[in-house]
Amino acid sequence: MYTLGIDIGSTSSKAAILQNGDELVAHAVEPLGTGTEGPRHALEKAFGLCGLSQEDISYTVATGYGRMNCDCADEQISELSCHAKGIHFLLPTVRTVIDIGGQDAKALSITDEGQLTAFQMNDKCAAGTGRFLDVMARVLDVEISELGPLSQKSRHPVSISSTCTVFAESEVISQLSSKVPIEDIAAGIHSSVAKRVAGMSLRLKQTPDLAMSGGVALNIGVVHAMEQEMGCRILVHPLCQSAGAIGAAVLAWEKRKKEKVDYHE
Amino acid sequence: MSEHTTAAEAAAPAPKPRRPKPKSMIMLGEQTQALFDNARLAKERGEKVGWSASIFPQEIAETLGLNVLYPENHAAGIAARHQADPFLQECEGPLGYSNDLCAYAKLNLAYASVLNGESGVELPDGGKMVKPDFLLLTNNICNQLTKWYENLAEQMNIPVFFIDTCYNPYDYVTESRVRYVRAQIDQLIQDLCAFTGKSWDEERFRKVMKISQRNSCLWERANDLLDRRPSPLSGFELFNYMSAMVCNRGKESSTAILEQLNAEIEQHIAEGTSTFPVEEQFRVSWAGTACWPYLSHNLRTMKKYGINMVASSYGKAWAIEYEDLDGMARAYCFASTNGDNATTMIARRLEALKKFGCEGTIYHVNRSCKVMDCQMMEVQRQLSELAGVPFASFDGDQADYRNYSEAQFETRIQGLVEVMSQNKEAKGND
Repeated sequence: MYTLGIDIGSTSSKAAILQNGDELVAHAVEPLGTGTEGPRHALEKAFGLCGLSQEDISYTVATGYGRMNCDCADEQISELSCHAKGIHFLLPTVRTVIDIGGQDAKALSITDEGQLTAFQMNDKCAAGTGRFLDVMARVLDVEISELGPLSQKSRHPVSISSTCTVFAESEVISQLSSKVPIEDIAAGIHSSVAKRVAGMSLRLKQTPDLAMSGGVALNIGVVHAMEQEMGCRILVHPLCQSAGAIGAAVLAWEKRKKEKVDYHE
Repeated sequence: MSEHTTAAEAAAPAPKPRRPKPKSMIMLGEQTQALFDNARLAKERGEKVGWSASIFPQEIAETLGLNVLYPENHAAGIAARHQADPFLQECEGPLGYSNDLCAYAKLNLAYASVLNGESGVELPDGGKMVKPDFLLLTNNICNQLTKWYENLAEQMNIPVFFIDTCYNPYDYVTESRVRYVRAQIDQLIQDLCAFTGKSWDEERFRKVMKISQRNSCLWERANDLLDRRPSPLSGFELFNYMSAMVCNRGKESSTAILEQLNAEIEQHIAEGTSTFPVEEQFRVSWAGTACWPYLSHNLRTMKKYGINMVASSYGKAWAIEYEDLDGMARAYCFASTNGDNATTMIARRLEALKKFGCEGTIYHVNRSCKVMDCQMMEVQRQLSELAGVPFASFDGDQADYRNYSEAQFETRIQGLVEVMSQNKEAKGND
């Protein structure tokens, strides 16, 4: 039995297909989010990789910011539960998850079965989110993927405001005009994100292991800064960006399995 | 996002025909209209009219026969009707106030500047909050009120009659505090009589107190009846009745409204019906002020997931019980959750979670109220641990529509539902 998870975020779309809830047969990431062709492209890519089509899928769960606008979904589940399940699938020892997405950040407590028990989310502000990093990469005139490696060369990170993206942007511009090395600014930007997200995450009871999920977890600079702020090691799986979609596919499988059990009972 | 049309509203199908208003709501509308009409007529007769903080002892004005209007209540109404924007712009622009100020204050200071001829913002209600001649103030609910009212007094050159109710570090009010507040009440009554030309009548005061106590009991009872399953009301509906307690606590018209409301609730209980429009799948408590600009979005989203809000500390703040002036002094030191210490508040909320069978709590992190937000995170943590009940919190504002995101609210509510469902399932499997 195949199940599909699609995570339609604000800046990217991810799709994952599972066989019998435990074998990841395909996954795809498209750098376009809700309201674009991104979700369709992610699905086409995932189906292309495994040679399946929508007809082969028993159940589809949509998650992410655009989850309510997904025609192929049987059900919508919040990205909170999906990231919890997805990280549990990828890293079963994890009990605390920090997900930094395109426009929100969340900290999750999960059980040893990957069920969500408590969560904290960012307030109505782009500081401490992927959007913050996008804005800063543009100001520094580097690709978003370069920001992490760049920051690792820093010797004297600068301090950047974690209160507001607009304030932080003007601080970065002023640091640039003062000829501060770009790697020190990049490290300051990551520290700013980490301070903001760690502040929110520490409101939750921290149970090891701790993992990061979402696309921002691919940024080594943010992960190191988060480890510093949280005071512990943070696990990152190479498929962290697809964790929400994988979790959605796992939940789709659990749902289908439960329906079958109920039916037979 | 515009204040007038939200994304969800724009995408929503044509609304269903509304169910007829219950009689108690019609009576409430008439009472509110009378409050504003009476103030206007008094003003026309040359009598002095006041503005009052929401948890000022209303019975003092009622005993003296003074017409008093309530800026906080009025600002909430403007926000709920999506009319706040020009006032917010005026306050943060030409009037020069900070964006960080309480939005009730921002709306009212801008409204007052129009009444004072200093601003040209069009008043959507035609100026029914008539210009005050005096202000009645207590700081039990909020300390920003003191600066807000100081500015109003300066702006309009009118006096403030003020009771400093002092913070309670204990779960009771010390006798020295009672004496301190009582002395202020005595002085305030004298000063208010001298200023308005009214005289204090002990017999009239006792009668008003009797009415007020009856209303308090009725209000508390209406709140308490939501412990039934299913709850006879959609909990948000009780917010609508708050003006009967905030603005008209010592009036017989409130008794009639609350008796009618209780009768309607009892009828629902007897018939097993509810005004909550869908099956009540989850029962939650609400912590914090109502998010007036998005009350309908809050309700719509919660309805979508079958969540009824059955317990709120906010509305019950106006169930104030006392019989004499010493009792008044004691009660008003303790009237607001912002004046309680965290231990007292957590104990009360824990009791409410149990009594009303709540499976979760929703915290409104109200950008307007920093005092409330200050304790909210710790209350969340402790209460969730003690009660074993999950929670979700969301950013919003009691009157500034800019501080809210519909998508963020729904994600948090859906996440809470997913945790509550698991808990329910686990309980069922035990």
